[in-house]
Amino acid sequence: MIDVSAVRNLFPILNQKINNHDLIYLDNGATTQKPNSVTRSIEDYYKKVNSNVHRGAHYLSNLSTEKYEQTREKIKNFIGAKKTCEIILTKGTTDSINLIANTFDSNINEGDEVIISEMEHHSNIVPWQICCDKNKAVLKVVPILNSGEIDFDKFQSLLSKKTKLVSISHVSNVLGTINPIKKIIDLAHKFKAKVFIDGAQAASHIKLDVQKLNVDFYCFSAHKLYGPTGVGVLYGKESILNELEPYQGGGEMIKSVDFNKTTYADLPHKFEAGTPNIAGVVSFSKSIDFLESVGLDNIKSHQEKLLQYATKKLLEIKDVIIYGPKHQKAAIISFNIKNVHPYDVGVLLDKMGIAIRTGHHCAQPLMKKYNIPGTIRLSFAVYNTTKEIDLCIDAIKKSKKMLT
Amino acid sequence: MRLIDEIQQEIISDFNLFSDWTQKYEYLIDLGKELKVLDAKHKTEENLIKGCQSNVWLIAKKEKNSIVFTADSDAIMTKGIIALLIKILSNQTPKDITNCDLFFIKKIGLSEHLSATRANGLLSMIKQMKLYAYGLENK
Repeated sequence: MIDVSAVRNLFPILNQKINNHDLIYLDNGATTQKPNSVTRSIEDYYKKVNSNVHRGAHYLSNLSTEKYEQTREKIKNFIGAKKTCEIILTKGTTDSINLIANTFDSNINEGDEVIISEMEHHSNIVPWQICCDKNKAVLKVVPILNSGEIDFDKFQSLLSKKTKLVSISHVSNVLGTINPIKKIIDLAHKFKAKVFIDGAQAASHIKLDVQKLNVDFYCFSAHKLYGPTGVGVLYGKESILNELEPYQGGGEMIKSVDFNKTTYADLPHKFEAGTPNIAGVVSFSKSIDFLESVGLDNIKSHQEKLLQYATKKLLEIKDVIIYGPKHQKAAIISFNIKNVHPYDVGVLLDKMGIAIRTGHHCAQPLMKKYNIPGTIRLSFAVYNTTKEIDLCIDAIKKSKKMLT
Repeated sequence: MRLIDEIQQEIISDFNLFSDWTQKYEYLIDLGKELKVLDAKHKTEENLIKGCQSNVWLIAKKEKNSIVFTADSDAIMTKGIIALLIKILSNQTPKDITNCDLFFIKKIGLSEHLSATRANGLLSMIKQMKLYAYGLENK
């Protein structure tokens, strides 16, 4: 059980009026709010520690490096990786995907295939399109069923020895579908294909064990885990990462530079050119502390309760259509009201202090499948309450009345 | 035809009558509902101003010395604002349209709908209306 009011006290941003109403923040799929410990840590870092990492011999530089590397260690434990060198720190999920799409492509040759799904976010579509175009490979798309689940039979039939990589989201940012990634990974491995999992919407509430999953690559963003923006994680198996050429060149990623030949640094630094977002990385350690102190299982069950409550309440409103599965679903609800444009609902809810997301959610192919311009999306986090859902439902009813 | 600024002032006075946001938005929604639906054949790629969330279709033609605008959107709120824009800018001379300052938007508290993040196509629509006026001026 979570003491939600105690948790809410850690998030001062929640305690404010928007358009003369108490803020109700239900756009957690886009980004989550940050607890005091995280914002304080950013300030403390700049006030007391600021220095570049892995460079100077001086006290502060060493301290900065130590704190930076401690976060890497913490992330390693958080996701159950074998070694810290398998944790590459990036700018975010998109950056992590691009890193692999631009380096793993040495394994993708003419006629080879990369498989993604119809429910992917644009950031798990476009990098692979570019990668396939560049290498004359073919991008295959697994369709989804009307229920919002991956068509597993189709997935199976798409796999072949031509498949070099499968890249699928752990949780759909639109439908909330929790994909059966273990099954996907095991099956893809039978065809010697590597598997990349986009965990942007999963890592804040699903306990990960990348070794048990036997996943080849896994990524997520700190800002969806109550951490800072501009920090992302890319996990990759050491043996695979070692084979890949660097993505970007620059400082930090080299062993020695000579105009004739440059040798690269070892993992993970090989993939971390330039001065990173040190304050962000250091403060991300506090978000992991936060997640672990509340407990991922507690967060998950709290969010599940909110999901079930909101779903039930929404379905009581006439003409509401919810997209996505009924089970195996994260705390994300995408819906529409018959004959109402989602944008209009978003505008009216905003007037009532409710932050939600409307639109195509960077998943235009999925919108095409359902033949809709967009959806209204509610996404819940650890600090949301059933009372907030009640107020949101009232606001939706009011908007519907105004619009129809 | 009345001057652009006169019509804007009139709209501002109308909106001043509303005591809360609900009335204001209900009025906008009504305006949106009353706006004539654009015939499907005009909803072409050529007339489309794509927003990230809602779309706008805009047609301009020159009649004598003035420009006549017709427009539509898939979102009702966007349509309501379109209705206001048409009320103000349609049947005006190209010169007046290109030179006008649409101060009413801020005065009636709808600027948020014209910020880039709203991405409803309205900002581009106003630009496009002015471009049409400019382009049709000497035709």
